[in-house]
Amino acid sequence: MSTLSIEGLSWAVEVRRGAPRWLLRGIGLQVNEGEFVGLIGPNGSGKTSLLRCAYRSTTPARGHLCLDGEDLWQRSARWSAQRIAVVLQEFPQEFGLTVKDVVAMGRAPHKGLFDADTSEDARHVAQALEHVGLSTYAGQAFATLSGGEKQRVLLARALVQQPGLLILDEPTNHLDPRYQLELLRHLRGLGLSILASFHDLNLAAAFCDRIYVIAEGEIVARGTPAEVLTAELIEQVFGVKALVDRHPLHAYPRVTWIT
Amino acid sequence: MPIRGRLGIRLLLAGLVCVLVLSCISALAFGPAVIPQSYVWSIVGKHLGFAMPEDWSRSQEHIVWLIRAPRVVLGALVGAGLAMVGVALQAVTRNPLADPHLLGVSSGAAFGAVLVVLYLGEFAGVFSLPLAAFLGALGSMLLVLAVARRRGQLESDRLLLAGVAVSFVLMAMVNLLLFTGDHHAAASVVFWMLGGLGGARWDVLWLPGICVVAGLFALLAMARGLNALMSGEQTAVSLGFNGKGLRLQAFICTSLLTGVLVSLSGAIGFVGLMVPHVARALVGAEHRRLIPVAALLGALFLVWVDVAARTLIAPEDLPIGIATAALGGLFFLVMLRR
Repeated sequence: MSTLSIEGLSWAVEVRRGAPRWLLRGIGLQVNEGEFVGLIGPNGSGKTSLLRCAYRSTTPARGHLCLDGEDLWQRSARWSAQRIAVVLQEFPQEFGLTVKDVVAMGRAPHKGLFDADTSEDARHVAQALEHVGLSTYAGQAFATLSGGEKQRVLLARALVQQPGLLILDEPTNHLDPRYQLELLRHLRGLGLSILASFHDLNLAAAFCDRIYVIAEGEIVARGTPAEVLTAELIEQVFGVKALVDRHPLHAYPRVTWIT
Repeated sequence: MPIRGRLGIRLLLAGLVCVLVLSCISALAFGPAVIPQSYVWSIVGKHLGFAMPEDWSRSQEHIVWLIRAPRVVLGALVGAGLAMVGVALQAVTRNPLADPHLLGVSSGAAFGAVLVVLYLGEFAGVFSLPLAAFLGALGSMLLVLAVARRRGQLESDRLLLAGVAVSFVLMAMVNLLLFTGDHHAAASVVFWMLGGLGGARWDVLWLPGICVVAGLFALLAMARGLNALMSGEQTAVSLGFNGKGLRLQAFICTSLLTGVLVSLSGAIGFVGLMVPHVARALVGAEHRRLIPVAALLGALFLVWVDVAARTLIAPEDLPIGIATAALGGLFFLVMLRR
């Protein structure tokens, strides 16, 4: 389990002739050990950019990113890949990789240049596939799977990286309700520190310990789902009217869109 | 069904190596002068240090060992090298149509060759043409990289476009020089551009030999990174690879290897484009399996195509580029129809 802390992070895209356009401004965010943190916000608000900074893909212009107290940018990409795993909406091209090949890629950060795969690596891969319920798919071509199955294969790849922190960019896209719930329950059960972006506010409310709301590149609210998800905030940030009450069976809030 | 188990791959590799060695030796028998297989094996045996009954003529030994053998070895090296380069470029550009000539290397080499043959003459003895071709390849590669780089970024789309554009400009200049130059000299350049292994000699083989082996190890060291890059830039980063650095390494490594091979054999098409696809159908896209298998298949393919090039219109040599394109294309069409 790891802790991630982000302080004063800003990031801009360079614009040819003219002032840089700031897409992230003064972001502060903390993921504590074993905590499930959600990130919500409208399209284009900077969710994906922020996650990219957190897994060391984009270099922020200002600010600090620390994983377990160590400055992420003082360490190598390999170092952070041994500690942070990422599940993205980016699927391998149709080049004929099998499910097992895709999952085994997750061992890469733990391997040297000419290291062969050991029986231990094979065990990690088999365990991860069993974990996501796809053991029987190991030899199948990745391209032939459904969207939901692909998503679960990518989760298995993240698990064989043996990370302390898991970052997910809209993990429930492509999934039907049953797999959405299964995946999120599953993630909770891992006991890892998790930072995930969500489109579905009710899923975020149900599974996150804390939620950050991002709008136009700035964090505008943070706190438990009950603190953050209010009708006023939703209207202010997303520009839609919603009714927020308590979930009939649980303590967390329920959002109903007023259509 | 692709072969993927560890044992299956080892058997396949061992089998391909055996078939390649057998092919290289039996290929020595073919050519304008037909020499019996038994002589060929004995001559090879003699030069490998075995005591053999010498019942062949001196000219037969000369043909087999000094003319055909280096040619066969060069063919195997060029085939292996171009196939590996194709595999790597298809992965880093995420484009299944990428091939070794895409980045302008071959047209640069042709430009260098034209300058030497038509204007400079033999400034460095027998090495003039290969040397000039290699310098041309290097120059065009650097030009493509310089054009494609923007604000420190190297994107594959821009690189492909830059490669194609530089190729067209260089080929235009080559064609202009050929058109306005001495037609007799131009014919020899055209022959070189169509590809041929006829220039092979034992004393130049060390260079492509070292380059192909070094290239094999360099690409195998990048194999996990190539897998990740094939899945996407963000995935590569999340698995701890520096996507941009890795791509640049792969481009430089493949361009240098292509430059060396093209300078010796001319621009041989098709091998680098199609052999990777055949290899993927055999063992899947995982690069630690794919690279060695593609290299062996490429070598095997070129050795036999060169046999065809030597015999089809004997005693004339058919430019091997024509043979690879024609035979390879037909083979691939049959594969597509099945």
